[in-house]
Amino acid sequence: METPALKTKGRSRFFAGLASTDHRAVARLYFFLSLLAVVLGILLSLLMRFHLVFPQAQVGWFAKLWPIGAEGGVMTPELYLSILTLHGTIMVFFVLTLAPLNAFGNLVLPEQIGAKQMAFPRLNLLSFWIAAASFAILLASFMGADGGPLSGWTAYAPLSVVGAIAGPGEGLGQTLWFFSIAAFSVSSLLTAINIIATVIDLRGPGMTLMRMPLTCWNWFVTAILSLLAFPVLLAAGALILLDRLGGTSFFVPAGLLVGDQTIQHSGGSPLLWQHLFWFFGHPEVYIAILPGMGIVSHLIANFSRKPIFGYKAMVWASISIAFLGLLVWGHHMFISGLNPYSAIAFSLLTMTIGVPSALKTLNWIATAWGGSLRFTTAMLFALGFVSVFVTGGLSGLFLGQPQLDAYFHDTYFVVAHFHLVMGIAALFGVFAGTFYWFPLMFGRMLDERLGKLHFYLTFIGAYATFLPMHFAGFAGNPRRYSDFTTFDFLAPSMPLQRWITHSAFCLAAVQLIFLWNLFRSLRRGATAPANPWEATSLEWSESESPVVRGPYEYSLPGEARDFLMQNEESRGY
Amino acid sequence: MLLGPILLLFTAAACVLFALKPVWFPLPISAEALAYDRQFVWTLWIAGAIFIAAQLLLAWTILRGRKRAIVIASGGRRLEWTSGIATAALFISLSVLGSRGWAKIPVRTPDKETIEVHAHQFAWNFRYPGPDGRFGRTGIEFISDAGGNPVGIDPNDAAGKDDIVTATLRVPAGRDVLLLLHSRDVIHDFFVRELRTKQDIVPGMEIPLEIHVDRPGTYEIACAELCGLGHSQMRSTMLVMPPEEYDRWKRQR
Repeated sequence: METPALKTKGRSRFFAGLASTDHRAVARLYFFLSLLAVVLGILLSLLMRFHLVFPQAQVGWFAKLWPIGAEGGVMTPELYLSILTLHGTIMVFFVLTLAPLNAFGNLVLPEQIGAKQMAFPRLNLLSFWIAAASFAILLASFMGADGGPLSGWTAYAPLSVVGAIAGPGEGLGQTLWFFSIAAFSVSSLLTAINIIATVIDLRGPGMTLMRMPLTCWNWFVTAILSLLAFPVLLAAGALILLDRLGGTSFFVPAGLLVGDQTIQHSGGSPLLWQHLFWFFGHPEVYIAILPGMGIVSHLIANFSRKPIFGYKAMVWASISIAFLGLLVWGHHMFISGLNPYSAIAFSLLTMTIGVPSALKTLNWIATAWGGSLRFTTAMLFALGFVSVFVTGGLSGLFLGQPQLDAYFHDTYFVVAHFHLVMGIAALFGVFAGTFYWFPLMFGRMLDERLGKLHFYLTFIGAYATFLPMHFAGFAGNPRRYSDFTTFDFLAPSMPLQRWITHSAFCLAAVQLIFLWNLFRSLRRGATAPANPWEATSLEWSESESPVVRGPYEYSLPGEARDFLMQNEESRGY
Repeated sequence: MLLGPILLLFTAAACVLFALKPVWFPLPISAEALAYDRQFVWTLWIAGAIFIAAQLLLAWTILRGRKRAIVIASGGRRLEWTSGIATAALFISLSVLGSRGWAKIPVRTPDKETIEVHAHQFAWNFRYPGPDGRFGRTGIEFISDAGGNPVGIDPNDAAGKDDIVTATLRVPAGRDVLLLLHSRDVIHDFFVRELRTKQDIVPGMEIPLEIHVDRPGTYEIACAELCGLGHSQMRSTMLVMPPEEYDRWKRQR
């Protein structure tokens, strides 16, 4: 049996890395795939924000890019909705799932637990290429003559089932979309199995579960959640493809008339799709955010030079968030037409998630409290994460109550909520991880001055974009509207919407600082020292001694330095 | 460190924004909407207090925390339990309070004004039973938008002869109104902001929604579930009339 190449450091090996089963090489592939995806996702969001405030604008290159969807340069509603669908799908799957879990999990997890490799290195590479193929299929679904699917990333049946009669792009485009999602589910499932096996079987000598860094705990818990959630999406995707292509009726009831066409299905339930989708979809939120929580816990301890406050509590909080996350899918369906009493159970469980989340927040602040804080860019993003997570999480107190949700459901209040708590917070985790582990990935350091500039502008820009968005929700502004001109009640929100658009463009523009920093540092960044952050965990250790202590032994009294690596004997006393 | 002052400024800016209210809820027009607003304000105060406390605590931690001798804190267990129990009590009581104005399954009784809501891509229709108080049979084979039968009333059913079908929803003020929601194609959603509620309309199901409006006026009906390319144009109005005027209108039809 061949042994996979170890630690292929440095950028020169990047192209060889396309077929390498080394965990760092696979991690870099995921990193660049999600980087490509996030750039595309942001550009799509700018198109949407532009169209919302200038719905009648004629843009020459729109017509060139989309001869049918934007004939004469004016974006049609169906083009807008397909951009919306692509934006959501890219961001949720290819950015918020791939970057925090697959990229950083692959890069750091084996190193931190003292494993040389992932448990199944070749399966790992296969997972990546399935994800890449899934991305290609997703892009292809938007290239059809009719344009892309317009049913949003949630693809509610029967709109997503009955075919082209329901709207342009609902033919071949929607079919390809479901194939892409099914492929992505397979990829995520394989990755989950790999991470779980690695944590269980490949921990090095002395690395007990309760000595694992919180990053590893959270990747582990996230992988378990993936293992339970993605098969449901895969099954749902298979069923809906059968409905579309095989003439079955899992999700379509009898007696539908779409346009002037009678639909030949009978006996299915549109709500069944929502149950299956959200049974995946809610855990997906935690799949996106839990790795970020782990990164933030790890970094705040590191840069406060203090042990993490309440290690065990943090582990149990992650486990309970994941467990409860499996039980609350119904809060996406308060107004779907379920028996109203079910909403009370889903509401209670939903509000309960606030408890471990609040505990985590408190423990992050308690960890930093009175520490000797080092304000590196990575630390700033970690602290920014805490702020954004609190702000975005608190709007969950409104949405978790069925009565209040009845007004806010599918308004911009929800858009603001999930962009802050799932989008921006998770991306802050990714940025923090990028600055922290860039040396591990490429052997060089990112520029700290550019990094800090990027952080501050992003932090301000994110709040300037998404805080006012709650107010559009207070005014009842529905989401997924391609323009705000039909309804009288939307007119007063237009100045607010224009502000949000301007702010979103600024927020996107400052991301260029990050891209510049990234690509410049790949070539010219300072060479990284062995342990650039004076951290305790094994990914920075050059010795192979067994682990003898927990992951956050900072500032122990009597020691020569203010940190002890996990595999380092104490020299103090 | 710069992040501390920025957090303080941001928290202040958020408070100012909530004080100025650049846009806000429309006036409530029913007892349920008033109850909604009370529950919203409660939740806003609680969430607002936690928001301010958490951001200020974070800012303070950042401002004071630079290069000092580290003291490893003990007694974490107690802080965790206290905060855990406190947040659990707070969030669960919010959930319980919030469900008071919720769980009701509307029941069809003769004293309620019963109106069918029919949604399709991308228009609304409303059907009243007429003087006989009974809805006629419907079937998709009879649906003809051009021929003036958007609901698909069976022309062979006598009960349907006097049914009234309109494109605007008229409801009497001060009476219990039971809306029966129907869709013939995809999922739509009946949303009237002033009622503070919305309800998905699922094809294949008849979903009841009970309303009781106190304030006459004209209110916009919006579709609030993505239903296709015309989603943002799917508009109608709800005309809330004094009861006598409503009765007169129905007689004249």
